[in-house]
Amino acid sequence: MTAQHEVRTHAINMSSVLRDKGNQNGHNETCIKVENLNLFYGEKQALYNINMEMPKKKVTAYIGPSGCGKSTLLRCINRMNDLVDSARIDGSILLDDENIYDKAVNVAALRRRVGMVFQKPNPFPKSIFENVAYGLRIQGVNDKRILEETVENALRGAALWDEMKDRLKDNALGISGGQQQRLVIARAIAIEPEVLLLDEPASALDPISTLKIEELINELKEKYTIVIVTHNMQQAARVSDFTAFMYMGELIEMGATSELFTNPVKKQTEDYITGRYG
Amino acid sequence: MDNSKISHHISEQFNIELEDIRNKVLIMGGLVEQQIELSVEAYTSGNIELAEQVIKQDDEVDELEMSIDQECTQILALRQPTAFDLRMLMAVIKIIHEIERVGDKAQRIAEMAIKLVGVESRFPHHELEHMAELVQGMLHDALDAFARMTLEDVPSITERDENVDREYDNILRQLITRMMEDPRNITRTLDVLWTVRALERIGDHACYICEHLVYMIKGEDVRHLSQEELEKRVNVPR
Repeated sequence: MTAQHEVRTHAINMSSVLRDKGNQNGHNETCIKVENLNLFYGEKQALYNINMEMPKKKVTAYIGPSGCGKSTLLRCINRMNDLVDSARIDGSILLDDENIYDKAVNVAALRRRVGMVFQKPNPFPKSIFENVAYGLRIQGVNDKRILEETVENALRGAALWDEMKDRLKDNALGISGGQQQRLVIARAIAIEPEVLLLDEPASALDPISTLKIEELINELKEKYTIVIVTHNMQQAARVSDFTAFMYMGELIEMGATSELFTNPVKKQTEDYITGRYG
Repeated sequence: MDNSKISHHISEQFNIELEDIRNKVLIMGGLVEQQIELSVEAYTSGNIELAEQVIKQDDEVDELEMSIDQECTQILALRQPTAFDLRMLMAVIKIIHEIERVGDKAQRIAEMAIKLVGVESRFPHHELEHMAELVQGMLHDALDAFARMTLEDVPSITERDENVDREYDNILRQLITRMMEDPRNITRTLDVLWTVRALERIGDHACYICEHLVYMIKGEDVRHLSQEELEKRVNVPR
């Protein structure tokens, strides 16, 4: 890392913010802790010395302009960047105090704990039931009763049960985009992960479907730690407890969402969220 | 005039809208300042025409208030402002309410001026004029701070309100004495009291404008604080 980058890199101390927020809400345990994370795609550095803590059963949103590294950072949390040949990482990410980049970590097991939903709904060309049951099936669960129960619970969890209960055998590709996205969320929560990563989950949806997803996120945080990447700042403001603003691969500012949107500390954050050119 | 705080949006239209709101607030403030000046002059000189002008001018102030309110609501609905932009709109909505109230006070003074025309002992004008000068200065400086969007003068403005209150208590004592001396004076003296009271309130509104301004610029809510605490908060660098 160059000296210039060192100067520009801010190690953000979230503990005091978390403590304040925790006092209001009872508790705040750290779920994911990112420490001195640098990521390179070949020669190009995409993330610069990121340090942040994401509390358990809260929603953390990443905002920032295109190419600022927010999706890259999100993908680090379930090691999706392992699939990119040129990607190289140093630093660590602790999930419940365990470094997920440790050699001993089984990546498949990690991804069971950290589910992910993408921008475009990607249901399998199977029935609605089988889409949700898929995770259990590949884990070798075939007991009909367990599958039915899990599918129902997951669909209920994704606020989709009432719409889908009579058409579980229909092909998942035949339902609307908004329903598909909630189906994909149901598929992700069917295997009961700890963390849900949402990469622009509503950007391809109409306003009503978007609101349904946002409402869903609000319900899901009772059970899961959620990290969401979004281009829609109002969405970040509505759904998240904490917001991290990233710019050119650096974490500029992270804080309680209510504070960050009314009174940000850094000028870069202010310029971005108020739509100014810096 | 430094307008860097409200410009530089990618949307040029948004810059124009905010600039327009700021200008209208300043026009409204100017109108109200003029209202105070005329109403005090009408009161001390017994000039009914001036007093009537003040009362008429209040409609203009009210209209401006509603129009700025409307523009702020539009921006909130259409642009979902954040950070400074949001704080500015919230502050403006409150500031124009204060300004409108000041206008009402000026109107009150004008009404009393008309009522007291021909009455011999309206009151030693000297104290009342002094008080008017004090509160006019406060309001002027508060509006000036809004125009420049700086807080450096805020503590000195709010501090002056203590002098206004002292002056008010002083005049009040004299008015009470006069009422006790001769109960036939009570009705007229009460009219004088309303006038003095209106001036005292103008000082308060100037302080409230300052408080909203601190929120707008620093994001700190300094309402209901002591002068000491306010100074401390205003001077802490962000």
